[in-house]
Amino acid sequence: MISARKLVVAVAALAVAAGLAGCGETEQVIVYQQGKYQGKPDTRPWDNEPGANTTSKWTKGDKSSWESAIRSRSQSQNEYVRVGG
Amino acid sequence: MARMKFLCDAERCIECNGCVTACKQENEVPWGVNRRRVVTLNDGVPGEKSISVACMHCSDAPCMAVCPVDCFYRTDEGVVLHDKDMCIGCGYCFYACPFGAPQFPQAGAFGMRGKMDKCTFCAGGPEKDNSKEEFAKYGSNRLAQGKLPACAEMCSTKALLGGDGDVIANIFRDRALKRGKGAEVWGWSAAYGKPDQQQAPKGAKS
Repeated sequence: MISARKLVVAVAALAVAAGLAGCGETEQVIVYQQGKYQGKPDTRPWDNEPGANTTSKWTKGDKSSWESAIRSRSQSQNEYVRVGG
Repeated sequence: MARMKFLCDAERCIECNGCVTACKQENEVPWGVNRRRVVTLNDGVPGEKSISVACMHCSDAPCMAVCPVDCFYRTDEGVVLHDKDMCIGCGYCFYACPFGAPQFPQAGAFGMRGKMDKCTFCAGGPEKDNSKEEFAKYGSNRLAQGKLPACAEMCSTKALLGGDGDVIANIFRDRALKRGKGAEVWGWSAAYGKPDQQQAPKGAKS
């Protein structure tokens, strides 16, 4: 027969396990499938045509060309490049 | 892979609030909501420091972790966005965020909270890029136009840098080495450097 003390310990252990389960955190991964990020529909920036009013040019759908366009635009924030250091 | 980040140079920020104004104007942010703001430490005391603060697009975002309806997502370029159609305006993200980035416009009577609004790194949201719907809900989508956030591009002293974390960290490191001050600032690879850049040039001050 299970003693009352063992029963209390078992219930306490179960309660602790259930409580700790709430502390779990799912990993924040980036999954882009069928135009959706985890169910949220969004278009990636490089899937657009370059705007007419910008100096940045890239090939539609080419991520690396968009990234290099953004990188070169970022250098406009570097005055050592912009006006010479 | 690009990993979009902001980095504010406290040695340069002059508390002009140009970034705040640029954000307001670019995204037509409603009254009472400030996606970006300038915080000044020791205001009025010689040596005061100002820093421009908005959503930092965390790599392990606490807002994303606590959202009960899972309305947040991170894009391939590292921007944390959210879906206003899913948001219930509970305010958990506001409590979780260490920067106070989530903002809640007043909606309806009795000061009821509306759907959360925050900095999108000028990347819009889950609507057709550069559509009227996207602009109305999330503001401008400059990344899809090949541009950087308006706040960073408008910064008059270039204190606020925005873009790929590695690129802006390199800009900042170069600047800190040239002026010989500020290398102790926190920030992405500004703090840790890339493997080939951990050795500071000879003669550089710390």
